[in-house]
Amino acid sequence: MSTQKGLLKQRSIGDRAFDIFNILFMITVGIVTLYPFLNVLAISFNDSVDTVRGGITIIPREFTWENYKTIFAYDTLLTGLRNTVLRTVLGTAIGVMTASMLAYTLSRVDFQARKWMSPLFAMTMYFSGGMIPIYMLMRQLSLIGTFEVYILPALLSVWNVFIVRSYIDGLPYALQESAKLDGANDWVIFWRVILPLCTPVLATIALFVAVGHWNAWFDTYLYNNQKPEFTTLQYELMKVLQSTSTGTNYRDPNAQQAIASVSPESIRMAITIVVTVPILFIYPFLQKYFVKGMTLGAVKS
Amino acid sequence: MKSQTTELSSPANVSKTKRFFRTMVQQKYLYLMSLPFVIWVVIFSYVPIWGWLMAFQNYKPRNGILDQEWVGFKHFIELFSDERFYLVLRNTLAMSTMGLIVSFTVPVIFALLLNELRQQFFKRTIQTIAYLPHFVSWVVVSGIVTKMLSTDGGAVNELLMSLNLIDQPIQFMAKGEWFWGIVTVADAWKETGWNTIIFLAAMSGIDPELYEASTVDGAGRFRKMWHITLPGIRTTFMVLFILSIGHLISIGFEKQFLLMNPLVIDYAEVLDLYALNYGINLSRYSYGTAIGIFNSVVSIILVFLANFIYKKVTKESVI
Repeated sequence: MSTQKGLLKQRSIGDRAFDIFNILFMITVGIVTLYPFLNVLAISFNDSVDTVRGGITIIPREFTWENYKTIFAYDTLLTGLRNTVLRTVLGTAIGVMTASMLAYTLSRVDFQARKWMSPLFAMTMYFSGGMIPIYMLMRQLSLIGTFEVYILPALLSVWNVFIVRSYIDGLPYALQESAKLDGANDWVIFWRVILPLCTPVLATIALFVAVGHWNAWFDTYLYNNQKPEFTTLQYELMKVLQSTSTGTNYRDPNAQQAIASVSPESIRMAITIVVTVPILFIYPFLQKYFVKGMTLGAVKS
Repeated sequence: MKSQTTELSSPANVSKTKRFFRTMVQQKYLYLMSLPFVIWVVIFSYVPIWGWLMAFQNYKPRNGILDQEWVGFKHFIELFSDERFYLVLRNTLAMSTMGLIVSFTVPVIFALLLNELRQQFFKRTIQTIAYLPHFVSWVVVSGIVTKMLSTDGGAVNELLMSLNLIDQPIQFMAKGEWFWGIVTVADAWKETGWNTIIFLAAMSGIDPELYEASTVDGAGRFRKMWHITLPGIRTTFMVLFILSIGHLISIGFEKQFLLMNPLVIDYAEVLDLYALNYGINLSRYSYGTAIGIFNSVVSIILVFLANFIYKKVTKESVI
């Protein structure tokens, strides 16, 4: 502390000016990042007729729940919410399990298949068959127009496997050795010894997988656009945004009705908030984990 | 381990296969835990490569992949003689180059400035805020961007008007020449914070003694940033940069798809969107696959080229 005080005294005017500039700059960055969200939030809670007058910044002028009541009375959106929640929960549970299981086997130096398996998986990070061959594959597997198309192709993320593996590599091998001497088989070692130690890295990849599922819309657009029962939240928001911004009509009678009673602007803002809020609530709690996870992934690649 | 030492004494070739199977049985759980994924990766990642054959056929979905009419390079010739292809290629390269420059300068500067903040609590708060847009979907971001840039009450136009920089609102979303800039800025808004994570990690790995020694030598803050901090993150920067060059041509299409409208399509259409339009919306599967192959081949060449140059300069390899 005393040395720091000493340094503080020595700081030149230029140094101090830089500090002030830096803090002001950071505050500006904060405002530029947060303002759009707060603006959308304010509009979503503002009376939709009043919103058209303009001038709403970050505080609603005429507070109302009406916009939210309207969108939650809209069946397609509720179906979308259900599917999004379902795929996020299911997809994350499966994604974390698969990545950690494979990561453990590939971390075992003595595993005889590791020599050919490791490159088999690693290669897929550098190339992809491309959109159309993958689309044709989904057709041949009869996955188009199903809920499974959200889960099966994304069953495993090779990127996450390598993040978990580099974490396991950092754990002391002696733990596994002693479990083995106690008569534990490889499954028990994975389940009882490795998994509990991996909690931080599993939290990281759970966040990545969950955000990926929550934010996905293109698979709905590509594979399930004829299946309203498998629609997702992001896809519904995308449709509402596109329909008003490009002027193409929104054929869904449900939506027509919704748009007639409340202005499309307010609808869009309210759906945006519904789609965004869950993520914003979860992520600050996981921040210390994902920063570590990102760094691990980068070191490995 | 024990079995290996006892096995060594018996005849070599017999014991080799025997040992292989014995280890296999011993490692049965490891096999059970990994083989299902081998099957999965073959189906979902390797089988689509086989689908590249479609580009050399007039592919009809009702027949098998080998039971098709073979047409050689017809689709590639058609692709390279389509004027639209060159327009799309221009858009792709313009947006990816702008994106590459911005995503490797802005986060470095931002990380440098964050690193100079003395107040740890303030620093952490700013970081939390800056990482936030990364977790929001492009669908939401495109809605926000459209809202902020709108001509009736969009924050950007309001601000410019109140500063008397313009007399009437600019129609950002309706003018093609704005599109590349909008995509680049939207991307920077969304990802800058996130992209600083790795640079900040690299900065925290720099030996503090270097800073102490230079303080003794009388170096000021900017000299330290220039001579210690920046060289300290050079390796990280180069590795990420080389890897990004491989993505120059395959930049995805999400942002463009969501931000564009018919008025700006001549500036917004990128290779993947072009492939989507022809390949899926118009059911020209073979043509769409040919576009995809062009994409992949150029990407691979770019990665190797970038790695070759890097190797020449630094005598190290990234891939």
